[in-house]
Amino acid sequence: MSKEPIIYHLAKDEQYEDLDIEKALTREAWSVALAEMAEERPEIVVLSADLIGATLACRFADRYPERSFNIGVAEQDLIGVAAGLALTGKIPVVATFSVFLLMRACEQVRTDICYPNLNVKLIGTASGLSFGLGGVTHATTEDIAIARALPNMVVIVPADYLETAQAMHAAMARQGPVFIRVGRSAEPVVYATEPSFEIGKAHQLREGNDVTLIGCGVMVFESLRAADILRDQGTSARVIDMHTIKPLDAEVVLTAARETKAMLTVEEHTIIGGLGSAVAEVLAEAGVEVRFKRIGLPDIFATSGRPDYLRELYGLNGKAIAEHATALLDK
Amino acid sequence: MSKREYIPLTSERIRELTLKANDIRRELVKMFGIAGGGHFGGSLSAVEIVAALYFDVLRMSPNDPNWPNRDRFILSKGHASPAMYAALCDLGFFPRSVLDNFEKPGNPLTMHPNMHKVPGVEASTGSLGHGLPIGVGISLGARLDGRDYRTFVLMGDGEIQAGSVWEAVMCAAHYKLDNLVAIVDRNRLSCDGLIAELQCQDPLLPRWEAFSWKGREVDGHSVGEVAAALRAVPYEPGKPSVLIANTVKGKGISFMENKPSFHRANISPEQTQQALAEIATRREEWS
Ligand SMILES: Cc1ncc(C[n+]2csc(CCOP(=O)(O)OP(=O)(O)O)c2C)c(N)n1
Repeated sequence: MSKEPIIYHLAKDEQYEDLDIEKALTREAWSVALAEMAEERPEIVVLSADLIGATLACRFADRYPERSFNIGVAEQDLIGVAAGLALTGKIPVVATFSVFLLMRACEQVRTDICYPNLNVKLIGTASGLSFGLGGVTHATTEDIAIARALPNMVVIVPADYLETAQAMHAAMARQGPVFIRVGRSAEPVVYATEPSFEIGKAHQLREGNDVTLIGCGVMVFESLRAADILRDQGTSARVIDMHTIKPLDAEVVLTAARETKAMLTVEEHTIIGGLGSAVAEVLAEAGVEVRFKRIGLPDIFATSGRPDYLRELYGLNGKAIAEHATALLDK
Repeated sequence: MSKREYIPLTSERIRELTLKANDIRRELVKMFGIAGGGHFGGSLSAVEIVAALYFDVLRMSPNDPNWPNRDRFILSKGHASPAMYAALCDLGFFPRSVLDNFEKPGNPLTMHPNMHKVPGVEASTGSLGHGLPIGVGISLGARLDGRDYRTFVLMGDGEIQAGSVWEAVMCAAHYKLDNLVAIVDRNRLSCDGLIAELQCQDPLLPRWEAFSWKGREVDGHSVGEVAAALRAVPYEPGKPSVLIANTVKGKGISFMENKPSFHRANISPEQTQQALAEIATRREEWS
């Protein structure tokens, strides 16, 4: 467990609209962080598939054009080219929408990057419901499951801007493939100052002994809001930011399962194969008894809409999470 | 791109290379004999191309397989790996005993090549349509590093039906990668039979050239022609090069030539002996 991070002050209002929340772009954090490293590390190169702008890879590419490659709308080639560059000792960082990165080019990611264990970092943007307006073709709620199934792949779903930057640093310090899942629109700030970050070591953001909420990505913020609501109702909720889905911090899960009566996972992803499944696997194999529920999209494609509308619709906000927690405790 | 020095392509040199090709043919038939079968057709059609590359064109150092300035060869049609294994073994990348245990449990030489297990293998292939994009990346890396090595990618003519190949074709032309060479082993057959019945590829060379590559066409079983053509790259400065090698699937074994069923086949010890006898006869003719 890393040292206690400073949590951004949470307003208590339930509606996003009423909140004066500081927000920042996770899809900007990775490339700003990367550009800061680039001076000292000439081996860093950046690639995208006609989405240099939309992924904000341009924060790097504008400063280092000679080390940036826009491959065009050709995602299979994109991954192959990244593999080739890695074979010459470069560290390619590839950014495009998560859906195209891990689905159009899934076999290339598996066979050309993961199988030879090449040092390539993959940034999946517009993931979860963050591009909900784009509908099913763009919103991506299966990518964690796909990435998690690939041997050698590390899967990171950072909670906010500063954690994304830290994840990028950690990914660059590590040899081998890493997938970092980020959003599209500005997302609430969870960490007011840079959290320490270690791949596979979760951040426990709130102490609590009634119920545990384990979130990843933007759902960490919503879990904190749920904890606020629960506190007002007299329920103490532990909140864990499970930023690394693989390798999973099993210890933090099992400790929480022993110390609290119920556990809920929250992710902007279907409940199949993502964070919830990963946690369930740990619980089941350890034989720990705890009331357990996965919150996420059921086995469906989300309809189209703005992210906050969709989060409300599918019960992926603080209020709904708190209700699920109460129901699970009352069961 | 710096000029390379080559041994003059005299008739003696060509005879030498032809014998090397014949040796590869013998070794791969033996390997398949050990394994009880294999991808005969596409391995045999690629033999002269592989021989010209490894024994004439590629700049490399078997004692130092990761020498940064080595030319890269990617066998994108990974199912023809035994042809590559035979050449690598002949050059001393690994001992003979490894070759003699092809596809045996635990042996590094597998049906599709693994770059982490076999010295000299540049990419783990087997899934068609992956080699050229990887070759583009390596060629870009060479340019970033200011190195003058070249990257050669061998594909099947069935393989080039893959869309990923054409993504890479356009990408390579965009970056003007004249350090990249695509070779198409054009044996006109894929798994299920005649490619022409699946997809019309004619005229093939003009298609590549329409995508701003520069190409040549050769008899893919004339090792001298193949070597000469590969020595001559780039065919035009600022353009990637493509060599269309017209070949015969199953070349060199009478009962396999142009037979779709020998794309991958199991054969009996008697058939292996017959194949080896044909290869031995050809060696005598050339010696
Ligand atoms: C992506 C992919 N699809 C299918 C296969 C199965 N497969 C192996 S060889 C082959 C035919 C290839 O034909 P061609 O490229 O002409 O090879 P050659 O005839 O030279 O052996 C197929 C379909 C594969 N290896 N990869």
